[in-house]
Amino acid sequence: MIKRFIYSQKVAPYVFVLPFILVFTIFWAYPLLDSFEMSFQKVALGQESNWVGFANYEKLLGDKIFLKALANSAIYMILTLVILIPFPMMFAVLINSKLMWGREFFKASFFFPALTSVVVAGTIFRLMFGEMEGSLINSFLSLFGIEPIKFLKGQVTGFVALLALATWRWTGVNMLYFLSGLKNIPDDYYEAAAIDGASKWQQFTRITIPLLKPTSIYVLTISIYAGLAMFIESMMLWNGNNSPKNIGLTIVGYLYRQGIEKNNLGYAAAVGIVLLAITMIINVTQLSISGLFKKEDQS
Amino acid sequence: MRHEKMTKIGLFFIFAIVCFFILIPFYAIALASFKPGGDLVRYGLNLSFDLSVMSLNNFVYLFTGSHSYFNWFFNSVFLTIVQVVLTLLISATVAYGFAAYNFVGKNFLFICVLMIMMVPFEILLLPLYKLTNDLGLMNTYSAIVLPGIASAATIFFFRQYISGIPKEIIAAGRVDGASEYGIYVRLIIPVMKPSFAAMAILNGMNSWNNFIWPFMVLSETVKYTLPIGLKTLLTPYGNNYDLLIVGSFFSIVPILILFLAFQKYFIDGMTAGAVKG
Repeated sequence: MIKRFIYSQKVAPYVFVLPFILVFTIFWAYPLLDSFEMSFQKVALGQESNWVGFANYEKLLGDKIFLKALANSAIYMILTLVILIPFPMMFAVLINSKLMWGREFFKASFFFPALTSVVVAGTIFRLMFGEMEGSLINSFLSLFGIEPIKFLKGQVTGFVALLALATWRWTGVNMLYFLSGLKNIPDDYYEAAAIDGASKWQQFTRITIPLLKPTSIYVLTISIYAGLAMFIESMMLWNGNNSPKNIGLTIVGYLYRQGIEKNNLGYAAAVGIVLLAITMIINVTQLSISGLFKKEDQS
Repeated sequence: MRHEKMTKIGLFFIFAIVCFFILIPFYAIALASFKPGGDLVRYGLNLSFDLSVMSLNNFVYLFTGSHSYFNWFFNSVFLTIVQVVLTLLISATVAYGFAAYNFVGKNFLFICVLMIMMVPFEILLLPLYKLTNDLGLMNTYSAIVLPGIASAATIFFFRQYISGIPKEIIAAGRVDGASEYGIYVRLIIPVMKPSFAAMAILNGMNSWNNFIWPFMVLSETVKYTLPIGLKTLLTPYGNNYDLLIVGSFFSIVPILILFLAFQKYFIDGMTAGAVKG
């Protein structure tokens, strides 16, 4: 009887998706709701929690260190967008051209950095951007007569190191995204345009860029998400969560500091909810501007 | 023709320069792994190629010294294999449920899948930490494996893939009297094989390089994975560069070999999300 029930065509789909329902409820929905709840409480691991209303959020608004973290994450995210969308797109178009020699080799070597863990990549970059005269970047700069720079002690130079790390790890991956997008553009379009006398530049701006839009939206979405949630890169570069004057502190870094290092879970949960709100607002705005919702409805 | 040749050389030149800068960090770490750790502290990480200070000492230490490196290494290998196998099997099963059936609540559940992909995992770090603590799962591998076992991105990819398989296969299975589960196991899984490779690599890479969540959960040195172990070599009180550098370098090697052998699958796996099905 039970066997017939489980084997029926009506019940089978629920059996198939059951693991997802369980994981979603236990490890996603419950923690997320718990996060909301905690953000209105004063919580420490192993202690009774107390309701404090909006106190955590009110405190956040006046918390200079949190605002610093917010600004750092936002600037980092915007700068990664500026670097990691146009350049990979350009590389993809060039590498895809018929005039390219050694295409497979370049594709592979551009992708190499993505294989390293943040821990390893962060360690290498931390050492490369070391403040000693003989450290890689400084010894390179000295060729141009530039004095050694204490990269990880200054706001701007610290960000240079952070962005160098991000650019190094993600250029190749984003390039591959654009390459797979380029594959979907039929060659005929370019041939027709060439017959009509369109220059290479016109072909790029009028055919390639518009037809790469779905890929660009995808890359944009994941870059916004990754930029705002960045933490370990900073943790590795500064060998911990404490950078001088918090120049490398990010939103998630602050969440980690408050929640794990200071056992102030309620306040940290409020930081998380703010991050959630920001990513949701950006994602929804961005998706509705790009008209992705409409497309989803049709299919 | 001459013009074309110039463009070719120019293009190659640009890419060679960019490629040079991309490969320098690898070269630097490879070079440093042959130098004493003290040199690194004194002169910094650089490209000086000085045979008089270079030796295989670090590698000898890596393979024969008393430290936990290979303990961490095999923990990582073990966890990666377990995570890949479980995540693939379970995500594929869930994806089949979504792709092959119409049922009440399907749209709602699928929106849940998309929601997981849209919310940064980092937000869940603290409540998950609390939950893990309450469940008594701290310092266990279960706490690392379970939350990721039905991976949203993997489900999404498999669903697209199964949607492309002709529905006649399922209908034919039913005519032959196979059960709903028999159809999935005997008819669908064999057809899905090509998609497993790309997802195995995507999930394998994520698992091998996974850091923050395992770092929060695991507290015993013997249970550390490789990234955590390497991270603990950097302390505010001084760094174990001898092991850190050669260990970092060596951690790239297995994945590099896999990449060179299965390059196509790596690229398919990494770009799977961007291709609209």
